[in-house]
Amino acid sequence: MLAPALIVIILLFGGGLLLALTQSFGFLPVIGLNEFSLAAYGQLFQDDVFLTSLGLTLWIAVASTGISTILALACALLLRRPFWGAGWVRFLFQLNIPIPHLVGAIGILLLFSQSGLFARLAYLAGLIRETGEFPALVYDPYAIGIILEYVWKTTCFTGVILLANLQTLGDNFEDVARTLGANSWQRLRFVTLPLLRPAVLSSSILVFAFTFGAFEVPFLLGQRFPSALPVLAYRKYVDSDLTSRPEAMAISIVIAILITFLVLLYMRLSKQAVKRV
Amino acid sequence: MIKNPLKNLGRLAIVLGVLAPFVPLVIWSFSFRWFFPAVLPTEWSLRPWLTVFAPQTRVWIATANSLWIGFGTTFLSILIGIPAGRALGLHQFKGKTVVEFLILAPTIVPALAAAFGIHIMFIRYGLADTRLGVILVHLIPVTPYTVLILSSVFANYNPDYEDQARSLGANPLQVWIYVTIPAILPGIMVAGLFAFIISWSQYILTLLIGGGQVLTLPVLLFSFATSGDSGLTAALSLVFIAPAVIFLLLTSRYLTGQNAALGGFGRV
Repeated sequence: MLAPALIVIILLFGGGLLLALTQSFGFLPVIGLNEFSLAAYGQLFQDDVFLTSLGLTLWIAVASTGISTILALACALLLRRPFWGAGWVRFLFQLNIPIPHLVGAIGILLLFSQSGLFARLAYLAGLIRETGEFPALVYDPYAIGIILEYVWKTTCFTGVILLANLQTLGDNFEDVARTLGANSWQRLRFVTLPLLRPAVLSSSILVFAFTFGAFEVPFLLGQRFPSALPVLAYRKYVDSDLTSRPEAMAISIVIAILITFLVLLYMRLSKQAVKRV
Repeated sequence: MIKNPLKNLGRLAIVLGVLAPFVPLVIWSFSFRWFFPAVLPTEWSLRPWLTVFAPQTRVWIATANSLWIGFGTTFLSILIGIPAGRALGLHQFKGKTVVEFLILAPTIVPALAAAFGIHIMFIRYGLADTRLGVILVHLIPVTPYTVLILSSVFANYNPDYEDQARSLGANPLQVWIYVTIPAILPGIMVAGLFAFIISWSQYILTLLIGGGQVLTLPVLLFSFATSGDSGLTAALSLVFIAPAVIFLLLTSRYLTGQNAALGGFGRV
């Protein structure tokens, strides 16, 4: 019964990765490359463009995951109790989960570019006199526009998961802590947050892996150099010089290996952290 | 409410933060001239909307392709997801953890790497630059979600009803049509909506395997976005998110905690 699903995963996904791996070793008979070598990898790790892009990609993923996880916690705690208009606010909070990142990126562009809505408001407030005086928040060296888009979308993603968890957990544990004399900070620190830890962990893993490997947002909002690794891989892949194919493959393999490694490391570290508590 | 002004300020910030990127999209879609530093368009117009909905433009071709590919991917992934979800949701077997790990892998490792590798095979077998090829590559990011959702559905499903139907003389096909499918139909709907929306949002996999020959809405939207016509880009963006909003209206009750298990399967 599992066969059709495993065919998709093993043949299309696994097979695709395997083919990317063999092509990254420079084996591409179609264009006359018949030998296996590690040349593409050697070139990559001596290449400043690649190394800078790697650093930028890590920065994007770490910053987006960190900021959105903290904001998501705050949002979930703010939205868990009944308040006037709670239904509508919770509905809106879920709104951008199914919105494609591409549309989010266009929205961020129209808001934060140097002629965007915020620049116009800054002009109205007399803060700037021309577009160039507004800080570069998209196509910028620190990838702020990219991080803004990821934070915008993934805060809601993580927040909805945490909210669902809070609602399932109910108030019982906190009530017990209250009867034992815990104040609100102690209840948050020693009861609510530890209970949410598994959900925070699993959702932040998904966010990290996604923001590390995603293409659309850095392609639209990023600088040409340095660019996020998936964008760099794509540029090399569509390069008219076919000999840069192995490098494109090598970058995508590095992305795949790094994501797997970092996710495993993260799971291990957070397990130790759970034990220490 | 008045007791907690800070909390309400926070809630207001959430609403404004979520809605902020949609504000320029809506305004731009009704603007004709909107130069810096005007805070509102100096000339309003329906031009972007009229252009988007003009007959016989690429928008219609792209919409048709997106729908075709979206429904194709959804159909196939449900067909794949039902037996796999049943196996994972109802049965314990050796190697189950490995299978679950394999099926989850594409949610962690980006499908782009696999698409780079498999492109050459798709070219060889005539699947590159075709809608069928694009559907196949969309199955990579979609399948994990349909399998996971359907396995959680089957985990709450009682197969004893099938035995009862069989003891009353139903044949295997009748059991599926009259017992199994009706019982899991809500789950199929949710899995289908997830599948459709994931396929609908794909850009880079479509661009790569479709080779620019398969024009879908995200591909067209991207070319609008880089062409600098903000009005047209904004109007098409709003058209593009329509299924997402419908999706939310249909599934929000599944995501708000009444069915917390499904909330965990949300897409980043």
